[in-house]
Amino acid sequence: MELILESLFNSVAIGSVLLVAALGLAIVFGLMGVINLAHGELMMVGAYSTYVIQLIFKLPILKPFYDIYILVAIAVAFIVSGVVGILLEQTVIRRLYGSPLETLLATWGVSLILQQFVRSVPLAYATGCVVTVFISLIFGTFVPKHLFQGSKGKLIKAGALSTSAIAGVLTGGLLGSLVSKLSRASARNVDVTAPAWMRGGVDLFGMTFPKTRLLIIVITLVSVVAVSFFLNKSVWGVRIRAVTQNRDMSECLGISTENVDILTFGIGSGLAGVAGVAVSLLGSVGPNVGGNYIVGCFMVVVLGGVGNLLGTVIAAFSIGLMTDLIGAGRLLTIWPSMPQPLASTVDFFSTTSMARVMIFALIVAFLQYRPAGLFPQKGRMVES
Amino acid sequence: MKLSSKIFKGIATAAIATTITACGGTDQSGNFDDSVTVGILHSLSGTMAISESTLVDTEKMAIEEINKAGGVEVNGKNYKIKYIVEDGASDWPTFAEKSKKLIDQDKVPVVFGGWTSASRKAMLPVYESKDAFLFYPIQYEAQECSNNIFYTGATPNQQSEPATEFMYKRSPAAGKPFALVGSDYVFPRTSNTITKEQVKSLGGKVVYEDYLPLGNTEVAPIISKIKRALPNGGTIINTLNGDQNVAFFKQIQDAGITPSNGYYVMSYSIAEEEISTIGPEFLEGHYGAWNYMMSINTPASKKFAKNFQKRWGRDRVVADPQESAYNMVYLWKKAVEKAGTFEDNAVREALVGVTFDAPQGPVKVMPNHHLSQTVRIGEITSDGNFKILEETDGPVLPQAWNQFEPSSKGYACDWTNPRKGERYKL
Amino acid sequence: MNNFHTSKGRPSWILWIVIIAVIVSAPTILPVFRLNLLGRYLSLAIVALGVDLIWGFTGLLSLGQGIFFALGGYCAAMYLQLNSSGDFPNGIPEFFGLYGIKKLPFFWEPFHSSLFTVVAIWLIPAAVAALLGFLVFRNRIKGVYFSILTQAALLVFFNFFNGQQKLINGTNGLKTDVTLIFGQLVGSESIQRWLFWLTALLVIAAWSFSKWVVRGRFGNVLIGIRDDEPRVRFTGYNPTLFKTIIFAIAGGLAGISGALYTVQSGIVSPQFMTVPFSIEMVIWVAVGGRGTLLGAILGAVIINYAKSLISEALPASWMFIQGGLFILVVTALPEGVLGWIQGSGPRNLLSRLGISRYSATYPKLEMNHNQERD
Repeated sequence: MELILESLFNSVAIGSVLLVAALGLAIVFGLMGVINLAHGELMMVGAYSTYVIQLIFKLPILKPFYDIYILVAIAVAFIVSGVVGILLEQTVIRRLYGSPLETLLATWGVSLILQQFVRSVPLAYATGCVVTVFISLIFGTFVPKHLFQGSKGKLIKAGALSTSAIAGVLTGGLLGSLVSKLSRASARNVDVTAPAWMRGGVDLFGMTFPKTRLLIIVITLVSVVAVSFFLNKSVWGVRIRAVTQNRDMSECLGISTENVDILTFGIGSGLAGVAGVAVSLLGSVGPNVGGNYIVGCFMVVVLGGVGNLLGTVIAAFSIGLMTDLIGAGRLLTIWPSMPQPLASTVDFFSTTSMARVMIFALIVAFLQYRPAGLFPQKGRMVES
Repeated sequence: MKLSSKIFKGIATAAIATTITACGGTDQSGNFDDSVTVGILHSLSGTMAISESTLVDTEKMAIEEINKAGGVEVNGKNYKIKYIVEDGASDWPTFAEKSKKLIDQDKVPVVFGGWTSASRKAMLPVYESKDAFLFYPIQYEAQECSNNIFYTGATPNQQSEPATEFMYKRSPAAGKPFALVGSDYVFPRTSNTITKEQVKSLGGKVVYEDYLPLGNTEVAPIISKIKRALPNGGTIINTLNGDQNVAFFKQIQDAGITPSNGYYVMSYSIAEEEISTIGPEFLEGHYGAWNYMMSINTPASKKFAKNFQKRWGRDRVVADPQESAYNMVYLWKKAVEKAGTFEDNAVREALVGVTFDAPQGPVKVMPNHHLSQTVRIGEITSDGNFKILEETDGPVLPQAWNQFEPSSKGYACDWTNPRKGERYKL
Repeated sequence: MNNFHTSKGRPSWILWIVIIAVIVSAPTILPVFRLNLLGRYLSLAIVALGVDLIWGFTGLLSLGQGIFFALGGYCAAMYLQLNSSGDFPNGIPEFFGLYGIKKLPFFWEPFHSSLFTVVAIWLIPAAVAALLGFLVFRNRIKGVYFSILTQAALLVFFNFFNGQQKLINGTNGLKTDVTLIFGQLVGSESIQRWLFWLTALLVIAAWSFSKWVVRGRFGNVLIGIRDDEPRVRFTGYNPTLFKTIIFAIAGGLAGISGALYTVQSGIVSPQFMTVPFSIEMVIWVAVGGRGTLLGAILGAVIINYAKSLISEALPASWMFIQGGLFILVVTALPEGVLGWIQGSGPRNLLSRLGISRYSATYPKLEMNHNQERD
């Protein structure tokens, strides 16, 4: 009993990390057909945001609220990664709609630049850059368009630009002078420490459940529920789905497909940021943190079938389950009297490295049986 | 949205400008008759940059110190040391390629470089086939002895063997079984092979061994296996690499694998630098074994730490690999002065027997191209330092060929005697 | 994009003589280190040719060519290791001793034979590629799915080779510099010079072969698959077969490339199967010009040379430059430099400058996002 419970918990724990990381990817890929190889780097941005927030909350003014910094970090990471994602969509991906292979290569280029960016630019200035982009985005979205078109349009535009630039510089300078750790560029990994109430474990049923894992499971659960609610119930969610099903028709009906693209990509990227918070609780935060997860995320999406949240959820948890069953060698524990050749095979694969080999092989084998994943998309568009 | 593209361009330009300025070398003038250029080859990009950049910093500092004190003196002439830094990019074939470049094109008399064993293994044939000269600064698994390489890091009998013995005999986990966890590459694999033999000969038991692929930080399966293998606590020998340590230590604490529950981790790759990255709150009460620890209370050690912080920043720490990198520059300088030439064959011959008052205490180059060094075992404290628990009486002689591992037992290495060489029977 | 298969006339004999003269004299002009680099980058041109065949001509973006590249390299290295391990304990390569292995693993045995090795270098990668390709293509998995699956396969192979210390020396890889061939060290200057010539010869051979492959009806079918696969299928062709064959050819080329690269760089290791390296292969082709074979060769050689020069001067900036190159090529020069020059690029530039208005039906009109709100 205890064994099954432990195994189940581990599977859910591993699966929920995969799921929260793959969720944004599944949305962007499923709804927009865009393969975003920089998804891992958007996670990295989220993880670094957590680090910055943690340092800010160590300042004397905010010290009393230190215990809840992680909640603030989730919101901030969502916004920051979303902003970076929108910037990415506006500058690069927008030009490449309809050619997924090119998008794949371009986003890989973006991922290299983002990785090197956090190595060579002090985090304080990076924060400043994000603030600048964020404010200029707000100007672009919320200020009435006709203001930019009138006779004083250029002036107003310049004003908006300089306001956001000044805000960015001020934030960067302020952060740099307040927190010395953020004022120097460093290729070194940094560390996010969970607040004291979140460290250690909860003892239940004679077992210890790590609190950080529990928190990640909660984060994942909330994200999945929020996303499915948003897509199915909200006005914008309906628009997003409409554009996915028939872009031209939606446009004819007056939906701004451009705004839908921005929104979809922004949400997908923001979710990557939330995943970044989760990941920062488990390991160290460095330029390569996202790269470690990206292939696993793709496997989840491919296995689950494109454009289907339920498929993504099931795929993530089944990969989690397999990782635990194979990697922890549980099959042998469950069935100790396994016949010899089989037992030695199971043993051969029961290291973490070989478990990965086995899982990928199983996924490829599964795709032989169901090429479009667990929940294939129906209809004629699959062929095109 | 032209706004955003402008911002993007601006960011990129700024970033490139920062990089370019950051890479400019330092150049102090002084009174020198001539100069000599040495090679420095570590990863400045990729996963290993985190660790290896600290060595570049230390080597630069050592060279600057030597230059400030008048440079290298050869036949009455003062030479200033200059350096070319090459990037190994955390990629083993690149280490081989850049070595060829330093040797063939820049014609440097010596290269200081490497961190991972895989990078050394990739460089070794280059130096052997071109009869060139490499200094390698990291504690490693040994089972190797090249005429072209000098190893200033610890061999297993100067680090892992005393550590294993300490854990089995004198630690709070004495007599309890061992679990071995490492990253999946040569150092952990070989080091653990030796540890298994040693534990067997001590009368202990290794109940679990596992390796995490480099780049994978999902440690949950490993943790549940450790708990199952060591239900009543015991020793965990940790040879994980870089950021995998962070994931490991964060999550074992959550899972209740802590000193207070009877689990003690002995790490061979956790030094002060790593402690400050991971956070001492996760490491307190676990152990480490090194030749140098920042908390060594001698004037030489304090001076080394102070100079480093003065040069590179107040919040920086020094650790064993850096001390080892520092030593190798000074040892080379001494050997050049002893040989009276920069010619690498002569310098290598002169190196054997050279001594140096290192921050860790006296070290001496032995005929097997390794150093005799002092071994220390420390417990990690809440302020991120080691509390030194044990210290050998004097320097321990290095063994290039391991005496627990059956395939190398009874062998040794001696380059001063042409008939003995790389591997001879004792 | 419509003039891929109409070559711009055969290079004249004079050009050939120049090329041959350069190749023959390169070892005397270039210093050893640069010659060695050039040789290695030329061998990378062969894998780039393969990438061009499957991506530029057939539209299959493989992110897993590193598998076949490394397999070729391992074949060569295993032969060389066995060829010079007579003096070691048990007559097997030295590294086995580190892990206490006394008997050669079975799959090493055939590599005692030089003939077997020469065949295996291209046949094993080709066979693996054919199998992998068949399994994927059979189910009509294509486009980005194919890319993702090849990347996953790459990781499978990486993890396997990386984890199997006792079979193939794991992360350390196999070294070739201090092994013997024809009684001489592979790392010695004279052998390296011969290897350079061999590489140059094989690049020309691979180029001619690729040209032959894409020229005839076979090539037309490939381009048909790239542009409209269902239509090719409805016309009665079996795209799976064609795709499998071309993927196997690309795999074989990658194997040859990997073997040559290995003997010239002195080591083969699982690092050849890391994700970035395989994506880099694609970018060489993308920059040079996909669908132009010469572009693939030039792209591979020039980008790698630039990489080595830039990373010597400014180690940290290479990532920015490489990333920028990816984005620039894909967004601004989708047909690569050579494709741009050969195609309508220069004319287009003129029209952008306002000299004449150029109109075309390809690239697609609906992809034109210039009519943005402003």
